[in-house]
Amino acid sequence: MHIKFLKPYEMIKVLKPGFFTTIQDKGRFGFASIGVPVSGVMDGSSADIANSILNNSLEAAVLEISFGSCEFQFLCPTFICVSGGDFSPKINRKSIKLNKKISVSTHDVLSFGKINFGVRCYLAVSGGIQSEEKLNSKSFYKGITKETVLEKGMKIPVHRNIKEPVISNASIKIDELHFNSTKINCSKGPEFELLSLYQQKLLFENIFSISKDISRMGYRLNELIGNDLPTLLTSSVLPGTVQLTPSGTLIVLMRDCQVTGGYPRILQLSEKAIHILSQKTTNQKFNFLV
Amino acid sequence: MGNKITYKPFGDCAILVEWEAKICASISNTIIAFQQKIGAFENKDIVDTIVGYSSLTIVYKMRIVDYFNEVEVLKKINASKYEGLKKSSFTWEIPVCYDLEFGIDLQEISKATNLKISELMKLHSQKLYRVYFIGFLPGFLYLGGLDKQLFFDRKPNPRLKVAKGAVAIGGEQTGVYPSESAGGWNIIGKTPVNFFNINNDSPCFAKAGDFIKFVSIDKNKFLQIEKEVKASAYQISKTLRND
Repeated sequence: MHIKFLKPYEMIKVLKPGFFTTIQDKGRFGFASIGVPVSGVMDGSSADIANSILNNSLEAAVLEISFGSCEFQFLCPTFICVSGGDFSPKINRKSIKLNKKISVSTHDVLSFGKINFGVRCYLAVSGGIQSEEKLNSKSFYKGITKETVLEKGMKIPVHRNIKEPVISNASIKIDELHFNSTKINCSKGPEFELLSLYQQKLLFENIFSISKDISRMGYRLNELIGNDLPTLLTSSVLPGTVQLTPSGTLIVLMRDCQVTGGYPRILQLSEKAIHILSQKTTNQKFNFLV
Repeated sequence: MGNKITYKPFGDCAILVEWEAKICASISNTIIAFQQKIGAFENKDIVDTIVGYSSLTIVYKMRIVDYFNEVEVLKKINASKYEGLKKSSFTWEIPVCYDLEFGIDLQEISKATNLKISELMKLHSQKLYRVYFIGFLPGFLYLGGLDKQLFFDRKPNPRLKVAKGAVAIGGEQTGVYPSESAGGWNIIGKTPVNFFNINNDSPCFAKAGDFIKFVSIDKNKFLQIEKEVKASAYQISKTLRND
């Protein structure tokens, strides 16, 4: 092996970290036995679009940015693609398109503006973000990675890329349904059959709304469906598992959820439904569809 | 023996295998053996397995196309003879300081149970606890075997901050908080030992099927071990089990 790294990585500098920006890839698998959550991009569909446009591996790490309001300066030339939620991305204060390969030069500044739709956007960089891998993943998680959220002044390692760009104005059309759909597809969870017929009816006929209690671990919903089920012996939970809490509220577990839990698992979201839900926030409404 | 096993789909990408819903060592051993067989089988489509008290969840990389076929494959794996690859199990000695400074709920438990604090300490540290599985937080061990006299309900309002290393009782269970977190269990002591350290080759020393023995230490010993842990000079005492 002749790996000579005179200057192994170039950097993106964090000028403003925004509300909640993390590095994410597809997550950690194979460590449930020591209690380590999966983590990874919340809206995998949008992250895939950004990586595909740059010809990156779909496993490449990206920045997951909630509601914009962050600012980055590129310290090397490269290509980027922003996908997911539309927070009016700009390079040097000039608007750029979502889902499009964009060439950036040294000193260029990426910033965001008005929130048009969505909750999270993804910034992919040619070759993927090169931050440290822990347990086979670069995804931020407390106690696993050194950082848990981007902070001002941090430098994000990336590869320099000055290959000739393919001259094209093409961008992938935004799938509006991904952001507007109020249907959350799921299958029945392991304890679904324990619910009364009335609870099952509520589950499928009610419109549910997202509470203020939301994070990468899970989304708590506002509506109650009651709960007189016995507690369970602790068993596995997965991203997308809908738990029925003792108070009768529902929690939809998301990517940073624990690996085990003791509440009845009444529904399981499809992968795509997790992506769709992760672009929704407090007070937005939807219904479960089996 | 609890040999009746049921298979259920769990979403698009996982299969849930369940045994009789009870906490017992023989079911747990069966689950761990099944998990180890799956590991030895080296199926690239399987990305993780999650152990519970009476369940095993098999997580696949992609959407399961033919559920019934996968269940058949799993049944064959479970039925296969499996010798030689069995992982050794250990008993780990975990030093715990039951000083009132750390055991902030000891007095409350003592009052409610009519047991002296010294008796609580003795009851907690004389038992051997089985590690059923690890969950909740990285490195959080679900331990079985708590003395009935120490059963104590969780706090109605969880504390927002429980210290890393806090040794606690929640209902019929006991455990150690591997990192600072919110938590509703009653805190009876503190260990200076790391239950999860990402910088170690194996971030968590224990695994399902191991055993934990708590050893009472005083405050001075606690401070001394804490120093050694910080300097990576402390080794948790362990003994190999022959079962």
